Amino acid sequence: MSAFSFGGSADTRVQNGSGMLLRYTFRRLLMLIPVSISISVVIFMIVHLLPGDPIDNLIRVGSSPEARERLATKYGLDRPLITQYFVWMGNMFRGDFGQAIVLRRPVSDLIMQNLPFSLTLGGLAFAFSSVVGMTLGTISAVVRNPILERFVRGFILLGSTVPGFWLALLLILLFSVTLGWLPVSGAKTWSALVLPVLTIGFGGIALVARVTRVALIDVRHEDFVTLLHAKGLSRSAILFRHLLPHALVPVVTILALRIGWILGGAVTAEFVFGRPGLGSLLIRALGQRDFPVIQGSMLMLALAVMLGTLIGDILQAAMDPRIREASK
Amino acid sequence: MSLILRVDDLGVAIGAVKPLSGVSFSLDKGETLGIVGESGSGKSLTAMTIMGLLPLIGGRVTTGSIMFDGSELADLPETAYRKLRGGRIGLITQNPMTSLDPLRKIGPQVDVVARLHLGLDKRAARARTVELLGDLRIPEPASIYYLYPHQLSGGMKQRIVIAMALAADPDLLIADEPTTALDVTVQAQIIRLLLDLVTARNLSLVLITHDMSVVAQTCDKVVVMYAGRAIERGAVSAIFDRPRHPYTQALIGCIPRGLTVTEPLKSIEGTVPSVAHYPSGCPFHPRCPRAEDICATEPPSFVQDRDSAAACHFAMAAAQ
Amino acid sequence: MKARAFDALDRLGIGRAFSSSLGLVSGGFLVILIAVALTAPWITPFDYAAQQLGNSNAPPGWPHLLGTDEFGRDVLSRVIFGARTSLSVSATAIGISVTVGMTLGAAAGYIGGMFERAVMTVVDLTWSFPDILLALIFVAIIGPGLTSTMFAIAIAYLAQFTRLTRAQIVRLKRETFIEATVNLGAKPGHILIRHLLPNAIAPVIVAAMLAVGDGIILEATLGFFGLGAQPPTPSWGAMMSSGTAQLFLAPWVIIFPGLVVAMTVIAVNLFGDELIRALDIRDRLRGT
Repeated sequence: MSAFSFGGSADTRVQNGSGMLLRYTFRRLLMLIPVSISISVVIFMIVHLLPGDPIDNLIRVGSSPEARERLATKYGLDRPLITQYFVWMGNMFRGDFGQAIVLRRPVSDLIMQNLPFSLTLGGLAFAFSSVVGMTLGTISAVVRNPILERFVRGFILLGSTVPGFWLALLLILLFSVTLGWLPVSGAKTWSALVLPVLTIGFGGIALVARVTRVALIDVRHEDFVTLLHAKGLSRSAILFRHLLPHALVPVVTILALRIGWILGGAVTAEFVFGRPGLGSLLIRALGQRDFPVIQGSMLMLALAVMLGTLIGDILQAAMDPRIREASK
Repeated sequence: MSLILRVDDLGVAIGAVKPLSGVSFSLDKGETLGIVGESGSGKSLTAMTIMGLLPLIGGRVTTGSIMFDGSELADLPETAYRKLRGGRIGLITQNPMTSLDPLRKIGPQVDVVARLHLGLDKRAARARTVELLGDLRIPEPASIYYLYPHQLSGGMKQRIVIAMALAADPDLLIADEPTTALDVTVQAQIIRLLLDLVTARNLSLVLITHDMSVVAQTCDKVVVMYAGRAIERGAVSAIFDRPRHPYTQALIGCIPRGLTVTEPLKSIEGTVPSVAHYPSGCPFHPRCPRAEDICATEPPSFVQDRDSAAACHFAMAAAQ
Repeated sequence: MKARAFDALDRLGIGRAFSSSLGLVSGGFLVILIAVALTAPWITPFDYAAQQLGNSNAPPGWPHLLGTDEFGRDVLSRVIFGARTSLSVSATAIGISVTVGMTLGAAAGYIGGMFERAVMTVVDLTWSFPDILLALIFVAIIGPGLTSTMFAIAIAYLAQFTRLTRAQIVRLKRETFIEATVNLGAKPGHILIRHLLPNAIAPVIVAAMLAVGDGIILEATLGFFGLGAQPPTPSWGAMMSSGTAQLFLAPWVIIFPGLVVAMTVIAVNLFGDELIRALDIRDRLRGT
């Protein structure tokens, strides 16, 4: 990067900030193309890697030969694999995910039915772990109290080691069985969301708290912070306007990287709490070996992971001008 | 002339170590004072102490006083100190590369000082900043205003740091090695700029440096520091004509003179003692060419002679 | 020979990791757990598969210290045999992962160029994917069971070892003693195996240990979904899965296996931390 030379013209260097961000977003979108192709190939290949005729995996046992014929034509199963892939992808793009074998309904219906539940749960868990995690991390970095520090460190260790499903079961034992405060399972009321969100959030909180803490402690020793104090800014102004934005960059990075991890937590939570959602749909389909459903729901989850990563990257670039420019 | 800053017998502790003790000097309005010493001599710590930033590094003032324009700073509460910082005392730090918040545009980083201390609104502060940047010979200040720190060169960034220090029209400017991190050619420009500002704005300047030649060119007064103590102070002319402390003599001996090398440059034997192991008596005695027994046991007190004072047992003898 | 073995242990920081109290407790727990897993057939108080239908869902007490499950099987014996399953599956999977990952990483780092780009692109792809989803893809292809669990764990952590080894090799390649060896005329393969890999191994071992901990969680989770170990194989995850139906009646069937999983993973992490400190490799682990 060329340095600004003394007496040089400034206007050549002045860039429209939002234009730069748009260009960055576009580049990121382009980079997603090869990734999404590879993932869709892997998911497409699942059916073909199984022993036997793929059509057996896509249709009910004992279907009429006509039905088999129709499906074979639809997917072009007699044509080369690469053609089949494009046919399959074309169907997906049109929203045609095939017919569920066990549930005997279009897969797209099943997905649309389950998606809102997953989005609600994932979104709430995401917000919950970000807010609580950053708060805890900030407190542990700002308040210099050895007991509090130990508590937060212990919490971080537990959050990254205790299996999510076990935590969920313990929560059910405590709040539903022993105390009777919250429903064991289901998705009929808002209170049914509390335990699943806690389950997913627990690990997320620990992660966010750790990253926030480390980032705050690192940035606090930077020269510019000394100068902020020298300008006469108050401690809280420095914390909220300068230190926390710096901590936010790595937090967003880690959350974007771990978006799938929250999804994984959602899969677990949906399963344990018997909630509808993409995760429980997938697990059930895996148990029943219902391949159109497996493919469809996996594609949706993969899409969610990619979108999450993309949004994380864009947010990061929006917050840090150096990232926007480094990718020029 | 009236006194703007008077530091008297200042001592500082960080935990159990005492990195600063017995530091005294004074500065009149419109004057420039140089604080010189090797790294680790306590120069920057002195600046931090005057700025009231010791709590940031877990330090506290143990002895002495800091009088600024007639009021005592040594025991000033934080809220009152906050009004002085940036408002009446501006600080310029060593490394412009890391002195600005990299996530924010530079203009608003300067604005905030005027908004905070002069109560200006957003628009007025912005106009003021642009004008100030122009005063600091920054080309096209109105566009520079919207740049991020990483888009500027080191010399430019240092001008922004200076702008932040000046934004609220302070009375006193403390510049802690303002040119050390810059290219040699830029160094001269920044020093020139600072001196012009001092004259134009009737500022008092404390210039912290390890470079005796910079002091000789720019300052009215000088304090020489060694191992957390002031060891010689006085008018620049007096100190350079008749340096009486052996350490000052050695420092002056280190300045290259002219372009023709007639004699090899002198260097000082040994190294600066670390904070944990300050020598007893006169801190310089292990490296001093003329040390005697008394130097290892008795801390010397200042001996005044006309325009300068030196803390050396043989200060009068040296002046002869 | 014996002295050399101790020497090697010391170079791996094992001794120093045990010297702190946290290291001693966590390391001691792991040593005992491994010993229990190895000697399981001789130390379990009951046959792990023996059903006593008259004594189902018995609370912890005597003679069933941790109680019995819905079929009257002894929970303690099943937890002990579960350790065997869990540890061996996770360790084998990570073993495969380390071997393949180090080979790929070393080759990528050493050869560089297009090959390196290709390997790292594929590896990064698996990295960006949540391990549970990777595991589920394997379950979809191979079917539920320990084999797909093992493959899933191996693939999920492959990226980590590939990147770690590659980073080490690239770093070491720049260092002078390698240059000196090259100047002395050594063959590339010889340099890689004799000089580069031994230097890269310490961080990999620590990362592998931490990964075994994560693998245990993944194995338990798949087992819990009913997609991992299939009955009658005793597995911590599967035990808890069948226990959910009994959650109200016999919570101990779920509490104890989960507690052991949590304690194991916590011990692995704590001991791993001590190893990192003893070997002073925090920066190298972070750099990937």
